[in-house]
Amino acid sequence: MAVTESPSDVGRKSEPLLDLLGGFILELRNAGIPVSLTENLDAMEAVTHIPLADREAFKYALGATLVKNHSHWRAFEVVFEVYFSLRGPEYEIMDTDPASSLGEDEDQDAKMPGQGDPQGAGGGGGAALTPEQLAEMLFKALLQGDEAMLRALARQAVMRYAGMEPGRPVGGTYYLYRTLRNLDLDGMLERLIEASREQAPSNLTPLEERLERDEFNDRMDRLKKEVEAEIRRRLVADRGAEAMAKTLRKPLPEDVDFMHASREEMVNLRKAIYPLTRKLAVRLARKRRHGRKGPLDFRNTMRHSLSYGGVPAEPKFKFPRPAKPEIMVVADISGSVAAFARFTLHLVYAISSQFSKVRSFVFIDGLDEVTGFFEGVEDIGEAVHRVNTEADVVWVDGHSDYGHAFGVFWEKYGRDVGPKTTVLILGDARNNYHASQSWILKEVKHRSRKVFWLNPEPRAYWDTGDSIVGEYGTWCDGVHEVRNLRQLEAFVENLV
Amino acid sequence: MTDIDARFADLAGVRASLADVNYLADDGIAGIVYLADRLGKPILVEGPAGTGKTQLAKSVADIVDARLIRLQCYEGLDESKALYEWNYKKQLLRIQAEGGEASWGEVEEDLFSEEFLLTRPLLEAIRASDPVVLLVDEVDRVEVETEALLLEILSEYQVSIPELGTVEATQVPLVFLTSNGTRELSEALKRRCLYLYIDYPDLERERQIVTAKVPGIGEDLADQVARIVRTVRQLDLKKHPSVSETLDWARTLVLLGVDQIDAETAIDTANVLLKYRTDIEKAVKEFADNPEELAGPEA
Ligand SMILES: Nc1ncnc2c1ncn2[C@@H]1O[C@H](COP(=O)(O)OP(=O)(O)OP(=O)(O)O)[C@@H](O)[C@H]1O
Ligand SMILES: [Mg+2]
Repeated sequence: MAVTESPSDVGRKSEPLLDLLGGFILELRNAGIPVSLTENLDAMEAVTHIPLADREAFKYALGATLVKNHSHWRAFEVVFEVYFSLRGPEYEIMDTDPASSLGEDEDQDAKMPGQGDPQGAGGGGGAALTPEQLAEMLFKALLQGDEAMLRALARQAVMRYAGMEPGRPVGGTYYLYRTLRNLDLDGMLERLIEASREQAPSNLTPLEERLERDEFNDRMDRLKKEVEAEIRRRLVADRGAEAMAKTLRKPLPEDVDFMHASREEMVNLRKAIYPLTRKLAVRLARKRRHGRKGPLDFRNTMRHSLSYGGVPAEPKFKFPRPAKPEIMVVADISGSVAAFARFTLHLVYAISSQFSKVRSFVFIDGLDEVTGFFEGVEDIGEAVHRVNTEADVVWVDGHSDYGHAFGVFWEKYGRDVGPKTTVLILGDARNNYHASQSWILKEVKHRSRKVFWLNPEPRAYWDTGDSIVGEYGTWCDGVHEVRNLRQLEAFVENLV
Repeated sequence: MTDIDARFADLAGVRASLADVNYLADDGIAGIVYLADRLGKPILVEGPAGTGKTQLAKSVADIVDARLIRLQCYEGLDESKALYEWNYKKQLLRIQAEGGEASWGEVEEDLFSEEFLLTRPLLEAIRASDPVVLLVDEVDRVEVETEALLLEILSEYQVSIPELGTVEATQVPLVFLTSNGTRELSEALKRRCLYLYIDYPDLERERQIVTAKVPGIGEDLADQVARIVRTVRQLDLKKHPSVSETLDWARTLVLLGVDQIDAETAIDTANVLLKYRTDIEKAVKEFADNPEELAGPEA
């Protein structure tokens, strides 16, 4: 597998490969991954050194030349699979029984009956197998961690259960759902654990059982991935790489919309926030240290010049006393904007050393101060979680009422707003047609240093329906669209 | 670059030779090392702490029989520490010793000669005539200006010293830059490099690392260690255990003469694997969180 192609080999095969690569790179760019010309050329050279047959290495070679940011890796992988999933002998679509390709060293009973059946009904071999037999083989393969068998069974399952019809514009998730539902994996985990209990020489300790569980979960995940991959291969074969790439295109974590993130995207966002805050904190700390050369401090320079015989060889500068702002965050944490509030609070607290003080208030229709949740905690993520579960924010019905929340804020904390305070208001300003009470913002603006409103909704939706961000905006120094991490980071960096 | 210059005959060979020096690579790592040699490009290695970024450079130096030249980066690292500087103390002494016999021109020429040059890692790597591997460790710590200097050198493999002229590399060394991602590196530097992200190893690879690196450990224990670490990494922690922490833990267990890890052992030694109090608490809860264990002997 590791034999490098001779140059003549490359010359012969490179034409179609380079074409394919061209489309691939175009799609990476469409997905938002920045690929420069140099990198494009590097990738073209890289593939002359690593043969496609060496799939993993080939994938990493492309990744190494084209993707220079790890958070873009998932997006890269999806595009890679779409473009290269049909290349290479072992990855071709097989409409004959996939189990027949399993190694000869398999046990007789692990083979699928009906193998060699050239074209079984329903476009799949192994049709002679009853669903019960298939389930049994799957159980065994999972129990033994038999990778090759799992892959074969995943293909078999897709052929049989996904019900894929050529040309039908249905997304992959639908087929995945159908396949998995028919495989009936629900009770599988318990059965597997039960079996490994029986196999064990002595009783499994709870820790051992826990580890077994994680191992089986891992195997089932791999099975699901195989099923997904097989569905994708078939979709690509049917509709072509370009169309599929477009369907499957996923936003990069920094571009994921806070308000419409899927569960998986949310997990990735949560992962992305830690390195992001760390980088931001380091960057800001440096800015503060280096960027702050004040005017020449004449007296100090002269004093030092004495050691140079009166030559002012070492100019001294006045460092302007860093005026750190005081921050008050007032955040709507109802339903669809909750995630946005979470990430913003997280980011603000992660760089709280940049401010002289941070206080935070959350509301839905009632309002509660949550500053205490963040005091002396190691883990901001956990504090944010507590805010969402423990803060007392419901007054009447748990639908956002900005007017009432602002009223509470003004009454209880209004006097704490001073000329050094920067107020950040987070929310979509969808007020459920309650009274706006915008006079309060006017007062706040009057008293404070700055008031900013951050809105997680796309600008186009502002002031439609019950959104009254325009009215509130009149009393703000700025209203910003902050739909994703990229925008949030930019705003926070400017704030400091 | 022709195949004759290549350091590795083929891709599988890279992985195998790395394994020979006890570095367990996967296809990605081995593939990129192989490619870096073929394309003559530096590798920028990122990833969580303790996943073998620095070790990779050392191990590669080992297998190609090259001298490892290491530039350890820190905030404030500048040209004089990275590239070269003149040994001014020695120069001063030379001037004093002169006593006015030679003309200034002669003295000057003499002062800025090889004898007074302090070679730092980057220049050393460029001037080397023997095979070298250059490791620029933790590059994210340097200032932007120093990063620019690095970029310049990695693009041209030559240095011009005004007093001495231009020094050109006779070879394109293998170069590794590691970063812990505390700062976003410049686009230009990233463009110049191949990018390798070394994540935590999967179960199988971690088991192999433990077996290779911990003397006297049995297959069973190594397997258990790797499995428990995998489970711990799935918990929502402040800092997940790194490979070095896995190794520390495995060594501790061997020292304690453990051959089966039970909940009690895991709990008692969790502080070797995890560094934050809250993380240890979480893991302990996870291990002990079952009635049997808590009921103890009465059960
Ligand atoms: N793949 C591997 N094979 C063998 N040993 C490994 C491997 N990965 C890590 N190690 C071991 O783990 C330890 C940590 O590795 P290393 O210091 O290279 O990590 P690092 O990624 O450079 O960490 P940091 O980010 O903290 O600098 C070393 O003892 C190293 O030998
Ligand atoms: Mg290191």
